Amino acid sequence: MANYAVSARSLRVVRSRNEILHGLDFGIEPGQATGLVGPSGCGKTTLIRAIAGAQAADGGLTVLGRPAGHPELRREVAYAAQSGAIYLDLTVEENIRYFAAILRAPRGDVDRVITEVDLGTWRGALAGRLSGGQRSRVSLAVALLGTPRLLLLDEPTVGLDPVLREDLWAMFGRLRDNGITLLVSSHVMEEAARCDKVLLMRDGSLLAHDTPAGLRERTGATDLDQGFLRQVAGGGPAAPEPAGSRA
Amino acid sequence: MIATTERVLRQLRHDPRTVVLLVAVPTLLMVLLRFVFDSAAEFARIAPALLGIFPFLLMFLITSIATLRERTSGTLERLMTMPLPKLGLLTGYGTAFGLVALVQVAVTSGVSLWLGLTVAGPIAWLLVVTLLDALLGVGLGLLASAFAKTEFQAIQLMPVVVLPQLLLCGLFQPRDEMATVLQWISNVMPVSYAVEALQFVAANPAVGADFARDLAVLAGFAAASVLAASATLRRQTR
Repeated sequence: MANYAVSARSLRVVRSRNEILHGLDFGIEPGQATGLVGPSGCGKTTLIRAIAGAQAADGGLTVLGRPAGHPELRREVAYAAQSGAIYLDLTVEENIRYFAAILRAPRGDVDRVITEVDLGTWRGALAGRLSGGQRSRVSLAVALLGTPRLLLLDEPTVGLDPVLREDLWAMFGRLRDNGITLLVSSHVMEEAARCDKVLLMRDGSLLAHDTPAGLRERTGATDLDQGFLRQVAGGGPAAPEPAGSRA
Repeated sequence: MIATTERVLRQLRHDPRTVVLLVAVPTLLMVLLRFVFDSAAEFARIAPALLGIFPFLLMFLITSIATLRERTSGTLERLMTMPLPKLGLLTGYGTAFGLVALVQVAVTSGVSLWLGLTVAGPIAWLLVVTLLDALLGVGLGLLASAFAKTEFQAIQLMPVVVLPQLLLCGLFQPRDEMATVLQWISNVMPVSYAVEALQFVAANPAVGADFARDLAVLAGFAAASVLAASATLRRQTR
């Protein structure tokens, strides 16, 4: 268990008497990119927030060897929320400088992350004047500050054009190759297919945790979006995880 | 903490209209008051109390809105997943708005003196009281934002927190002429002490023990409200 980057045992989240996550069991191996996919409202954001330590949860949730929300994790886990969570009345650079100061990131980090998300020409622009896709790249840049070991990205590619989407996924691949563990949520199945593993959710439960190839095989669909539809519609069996991913 | 102060001031710099309103509005209200009374003596009687109320009210408003925005935009949640002490965030806010308040009270007091406000005691003490009063507004604003989910609610906390203090602080009726129960209530309201201290410094050449007690009460309330606000910040939602 200790060698999982994230390990959940009967993970439950109840908010105002509403059970949102119904006892999830899974383990994310370190150094892998995992796609978190499911229809909107299925609990993806809640799961990511629980791993980030922003949402209290019952059951076991271990992140990088410590219980989720442990103070030591605040430097090691970077979380970029879907809503952006940046200051719209600051410029791109001012936003990144502030969070870099909070994280005590090295000096060159501000320039590095701005280059990585390709916002160099916008660094002096007010975040509030940027498009939705540009804002989410500012938020992503903040998550890349310092030396996180686990990146939690909630729908980072929403509202981006295909070229940029491609660039970002290439970047996620590089980060993964550098040994960073990634959990990236998306409602586009084909995107998640670029990950090592896919966590497929529906209504607060886990439908599948498999490699993209395994998922294709299981659903008998060549197209992952088709497979996604079949799984979510209940056509596919709510199969257990493959033996390799269990502790 | 310094990073947060700098960030809040940068946000204000991108919003010059707010800065102008913050500095100009209390000053213009004092000018208006002067012409309403049309008498320097009447103005001098009531101006000290209002010098305590305007900075308090404005700082309460902008602080509660600013922190509410921090909560609703998701930036607070992001900061709470980072290695930033809660009290560091709040004192960063307090310092930034305290600096703004310093400019505000300096301008407002200066114009009030020019309009006929007479201060028997040291002017520096007048500034100290108004600044503490503005910081009290910052502290209570930070705290109040925890009880508001929307901007509409935050705005309406203003009459809840500010207006009773305005009515009972001795501005409309001397405090010792109020009913006993109202005096008790007035005694636990921090603005009463600010108004008392300002009236004291306006009327007496030297400050005494009562004045020191008023300052201590104000500073205590301001610090306690920041501490209480820090207790309302949660790293995890339930």
